[in-house]
Amino acid sequence: MTVTENQAPAQPEVGRARRRKEDQRLITGRTRWTDNLQVPGMLHLAMVRSPFAHARITAIDVEAARKARNVVAVITGQDVKDEQGSLPNAWPITPEQVTPAHPPVAVDEVHFAGEIVAVVVARSAAEARDAAELVDVDYEELPAVLDLKEAAQDTVLAHPDLGTNKSALWVFDSKEAGTGGDVEDAIRQARDGGVLIEREFRQQRLIPAFMEPRSVLVDPTGEQITMWTATQIPHILRFLLAAVLGVPESKVRVIAPDVGGGFGGKLQTTPEEFIAMVLARRLGKPIKYTETRSESLLSAHHGRDQWQKLTLAATKDGTVTGFKVELLANLGAYVALVGGGVPVLGAFMFNAIYKFPAYHFACQTVLTNTTWTDAYRGAGRPEATFGIERMMDELAAELDMDPLEVREKNWIKHEEFPFTTVAGMEYDSGNYEAATARAKELFDYDALRREQAERRERQDPVQLGIGVSTFTEMCGLAPSRVLGSLDYGAGGWEHASVRMLPTGKVEVVTGTSPHGQGHETAWSQIVADRLGVPFEDVEVLHGDTAISHKGLDTYGSRSLVVGGEAVVRAADKVIEKAKPVAAHLLEASVDDLEFSAGRFGVKGTDKGLTIQEIALASFAAHNLPDGIEPGLDSDATFDPVNFSFPHGTHLCAMEVDTETGETRMRTYVCVDDVGVIVNPLIVEGQVHGGLVQGIAQALWEGATYDDQGTLVTGSFVDYTLPTAADTISFVTENTTSPATTNSLGTKGVGEAGTIASTPCVVNAIVDALRPLGIHDVEMPCTPERVWRAIQNASAGSVDETQRDTAPHFDPDQPNQDTPDPEGGAR
Amino acid sequence: MIPASFDYVAPQSLTDALAALAEHGDDAKVLAGGQSLLPILRMRLNAPSVVIDLGKVTELQGISDEGDHLVIGAMTTYAAVLASEAVSTHAALLSKAVATVADPQIRHRGTVGGALVHADPAGDVGAPVLALDAELVIAGQGGATRTVPAADFFEDLFTTAVGEDELLTQIRIPKHTGWGAHYEKFVRVSHQWSIVAVAATVRAEGGSIAEARVGLTNMGSTPLRATAVEQALVGQSATEEAVRQACARAADGTNPPSDLNGDADYRRHLASVLTRRAVLAAAGA
Ligand SMILES: Cc1cc2nc3c(=O)[nH]c(=O)nc-3n(C[C@H](O)[C@H](O)[C@H](O)COP(=O)(O)OP(=O)(O)OC[C@H]3O[C@@H](n4cnc5c(N)ncnc54)[C@H](O)[C@@H]3O)c2cc1C
Repeated sequence: MTVTENQAPAQPEVGRARRRKEDQRLITGRTRWTDNLQVPGMLHLAMVRSPFAHARITAIDVEAARKARNVVAVITGQDVKDEQGSLPNAWPITPEQVTPAHPPVAVDEVHFAGEIVAVVVARSAAEARDAAELVDVDYEELPAVLDLKEAAQDTVLAHPDLGTNKSALWVFDSKEAGTGGDVEDAIRQARDGGVLIEREFRQQRLIPAFMEPRSVLVDPTGEQITMWTATQIPHILRFLLAAVLGVPESKVRVIAPDVGGGFGGKLQTTPEEFIAMVLARRLGKPIKYTETRSESLLSAHHGRDQWQKLTLAATKDGTVTGFKVELLANLGAYVALVGGGVPVLGAFMFNAIYKFPAYHFACQTVLTNTTWTDAYRGAGRPEATFGIERMMDELAAELDMDPLEVREKNWIKHEEFPFTTVAGMEYDSGNYEAATARAKELFDYDALRREQAERRERQDPVQLGIGVSTFTEMCGLAPSRVLGSLDYGAGGWEHASVRMLPTGKVEVVTGTSPHGQGHETAWSQIVADRLGVPFEDVEVLHGDTAISHKGLDTYGSRSLVVGGEAVVRAADKVIEKAKPVAAHLLEASVDDLEFSAGRFGVKGTDKGLTIQEIALASFAAHNLPDGIEPGLDSDATFDPVNFSFPHGTHLCAMEVDTETGETRMRTYVCVDDVGVIVNPLIVEGQVHGGLVQGIAQALWEGATYDDQGTLVTGSFVDYTLPTAADTISFVTENTTSPATTNSLGTKGVGEAGTIASTPCVVNAIVDALRPLGIHDVEMPCTPERVWRAIQNASAGSVDETQRDTAPHFDPDQPNQDTPDPEGGAR
Repeated sequence: MIPASFDYVAPQSLTDALAALAEHGDDAKVLAGGQSLLPILRMRLNAPSVVIDLGKVTELQGISDEGDHLVIGAMTTYAAVLASEAVSTHAALLSKAVATVADPQIRHRGTVGGALVHADPAGDVGAPVLALDAELVIAGQGGATRTVPAADFFEDLFTTAVGEDELLTQIRIPKHTGWGAHYEKFVRVSHQWSIVAVAATVRAEGGSIAEARVGLTNMGSTPLRATAVEQALVGQSATEEAVRQACARAADGTNPPSDLNGDADYRRHLASVLTRRAVLAAAGA
C-alpha cells in the first residue's frame, strides 16, 4: 500500500486563484449529464402540451398514437389522476394563501400554454415524438387572464373555481413590527415641506435559460428507485417525491449528476420529474425525458414579473424619512415551489444599505394564465435593489444632488456595524464608504462627469449617462429559525462529512449541489488548508442522496457560507479525532501536541506524525488507545445564526445614440465586498456572469406573450440572450469586511453581480436622457423604447413609459390600482 | 427537437441532383448548409419525405473570376466568401454583409445560395446581391438554365424565382472594383437577425459621389433597392449634410414589419439614419 506523503501546501490554499478542477471534464464534455446516461431497456417520453392559455379538455383521442410503432403507452391526466399527486408549494406565505392544485399532467383544465396534457412512452425518443403528433386533443377555450394588473382586478379568473386571482397579501410594517416609525407620517410630512418621490416600475418577466435543458431519468428496477435529474435540489426533491407520491423516502435515491447551470430555474420540483417517476413505477421500466429548448423556454418556470409602486419621503437635504413599497407579483398559473416567497425575500431588502426611519412593504401575489414563476438569480433581491436604487437616483435628480452624495447621506456608516435595519435584519459587517471610494477611483468618476457635461453642451447626438447602484443582499439561506418564522417549509442548515481514507486521500461529502459554481475546487482549498493535505488529494462528492445523505442543496448564495462552514467544522472534528491517536502513537500527552501543516508534533521535539499516517494507523486499528473507535471520519451540520450580507458599489457609463435609441456600454466598474475570498478566480467568474445576467435584464431580455397567451419569445431568435460579443471587459475589485457569522469570514457571491447591475445600467440610461425630461425607460431598454422616450419628450408629450412613471398617485392619474385591497393609506 | 423521419439522398452531380428533384417532386427538400432548413425540420414546421443533400455536388462550390463578373457557386459557404480576395476586391459590399451573418459556426455551414433561396427578408445577403445588380443562374429539368436579374429574383416572403423542380446554381456579380462599401446592420444582440440593415456601395470621384447603390434589409417582404436615394446621391459631396439630405427618404415605398424589435415607423426612421451612415462609411467620409 502506498501512503500519500505529506506535502503540506507551501502557501495557504484559501485565497489562491486556482483554476477549477472540474473544468476539464465540464468544458470538454467528457462527463455525465443526465441526457448522456443510458440504462438498459430505457423507454423515452414525449409530452403533448396545450397550445391554449386557458381551456377545458373535452376529449383526448390517443388511439392513433397508441398504435404507432414502438409506442408502449399513452397516458392522459385522467389515467394518472389518482397517483400523480399535486406539485408542492413549500412556502405558503400566508395561512390564507390561495393555492390551486397543480397536477403534473392536466386533468380537466389547462391554465397556461405549454402545460402537459398527455404523455407518450416509446422505445426511442424519436418514436415518442412522432407519436405525440398523433394525439388529438379537443379543447374548449376559456377566457384567459394574462396581464398582471388586469388579473388583480379579478374580472377574468385564471382558475375560475378559486373565485379570485389573488393568492396572498404579505405585509411588513415597521411601526407594527417595532423596528421603525410610521410611513404614513413620513409621507404626510414630506408632502408639506419635504420631498415626495412617487414612481411605478416594471420588473419584466425573465427566463432563466440555463445552458443544459432539464432532463430526468428514472430507473425503478433496483431495490431503490433511482432518479437522475438536472436539478439544483436533489435532497429536497427526494423528500418531496416521497411526501407527495407516498413512496417511502428510503426507497428513493436522487442523483444530480453534472448539471449545466440553473440560476434558480432548477430550484423546482417539475411536472416532468413527477411524471417520469409515476410512469417508471407503473411500467416497471427505466424512463428518460429530456426537454427541447422550446419546451424549456415555454414551461420551465420564469422569473421576476412585478409591478412596483414606490413612495419615498425625504427632507429637502436628501435625508430619507420613509419608504413605502406596494408590489404586484405575477405567480403565473400555479404557486411554484418557492413561488410567492420570491418577492418576500425582497421585503427585507428595499431599505438596502440605508438607515430609513420608517418602512412599509406590501406584496400581493396574483395568479394568471401564464407560465408559472419562481426563483431566478437573486430572487426578490434584484427587484428590491432595483426599486430603491432607481428611487435614490430620482431623489438625487429632484434635489439636484450627486447620486452618490444622496446615498452617502443615508447609508449606514462603517463604524455603525452591527446594525439592525428598519426591516429587522442585523447586518453584521460592511464598509460602504470604502467600496464606493474605490469604485469612484477606478471609474474616474469626475472625468466622466466632465465628458457628460461637454456632450450635453455641444448637443452631441451621442449622450453619456452615468449610472450608480449600491447593493446589499441577504443571502446564505439561511437560519432555520428565521425560515420557520416565515412559514418556509424547510430549514436552512447544511451538512458535510470529511473522510480520511487509509491511503491519506480525503473525501469531502457535501450537502450542497453545485451546478457550475466550482464547489469541488473551493471545498478542496478549504480542506487542504484545514487538514494540511495537498489540494489534489481532496475529492469532493455531492449530488447523490445515497452518498451525500443529508443536505439542503444550492441556491440563495448559500453554499460557501453555510455548506463551506459545515466542511470546516467536519474537518476540525477529524483533527480532534486524530489527536488522541497521535498522542498514543507518539507516547505523548494530548496537551503536548500541536497540529500544524498537516502534522501532529510533540512540542519541543522533532517527533511527529502526519494526519495521513494517523489515518492509516486508525484504519489498521492495530494500536489504538482504549475506547477509541477506528476511523477519523467526521460529520458536521451547520445552522447559521444569521444571513450573509455582501454589498458593493457599481458604476457604469452608457452612451446613448439619440438618433437610433441604441445604447452602448462604455465602462463598468464594481467593487464588491463578499467577505474573505476563498478563490478570487471563482469570485471573479461569479461576478462577471452575474453582471451579464443583470445587464441583460436592463437591456436585452424579456419574455413576452401575445394576447392569446402564446409565448412570443419562444426561441432564442426572439428571447435575446447576450453573448460575450455583446459585453465589455468589466473592472471588478473587492474590499473585505469579514463576515462575523462563519469562521472563514465569507459572504455569498453567487447572486451579487446580478443584483446591482440592472439598476446601475438603467440609471445610466436615464441619466443620459434626463435633460430631455425623461425619468424612466421601461426594461428591457430596447433601442425602440429609448428612441420613443426621446421622441415623445421632444414632442412635449408624455409617452407610455413616461406615464407609468410620472407622479401618478393623484386621483386623475393612471396606475391608481393598489395592490392593497384595504385601499392603503396614501 | 427531433424532425419527422425522412429519406436522405446525396447526389454527386448537378444532373443527379436535378433528377432526384424530378423524381420526388413536392415531397423533397434540398439541403444546402442546413442553417435554415434544419431548424424548420426540427421544429416540425415542414416534414419532407426526402432530403436531397447538395453537399457532394462540388461543381456548385467555389468562386471564379470571369473578366467583368465574379461567379459564386450556390453551395459556396459564407466562410469561403469571406476568405476570398476576389470578392473583397470586386464586390466588397458582399464581404461586408456576409461578415455580419450570425457567428463563425453558422458561417462555416451556411451557403450563399441557400440563403438566397430561403429568402428571409431579414437575411443579410439579399440586399447586397440586389444592390450589386447580380444575376442568378437557375438550372431546370433537362439541364436548361436561365438567368434572372436580382431585381426579379425575390418575389415575396420566403419566395423566389426558383421553381420547385429547379436549383439555384450560380450568383453572377458584375465587378464593382474600386467602389467603397459598407453594410450597416442594426441589431440588439450581436448574433441577431437584422432589425434593419442597409447595404451601400459608392464610387467616389474627387470627394463627391459619382454612383451609388443602396439595398435595404428587412424593410419589406423582400430586399429592396432605395433607388430614389441612389439618384439623389449622384454628384453630391461626401459630407454629412449633403448625404443626410439625400438619405432622408430612404424609407419611401417600403413596407417594414412590426414586431418585438420595433414597429414599422421606428424601422422607417432607422432606415434613413442607417442609410446615411452606410453611405458615408462607404464613401470613406
Ligand atoms: C442561429 C442562426 C442565426 C442566423 N443569423 C443570420 C443572420 O444574422 N443573417 C442571415 O442572413 N442569416 C442568418 N442565419 C441564416 C443563415 O444565413 C442560413 O445559412 C441561410 O439562411 C440558409 O443557408 P443554408 O446554406 O444553411 O441553406 P439551407 O438551410 O440548407 O436551405 C435553405 C433553403 O434553401 C433551399 N435551398 C438551398 N440551396 C438551394 C439551391 N441551390 N437551390 C434551390 N434551393 C436551395 C433549401 O431547400 C431550403 O428551403 C442564421 C441561422 C441561424 C441558425
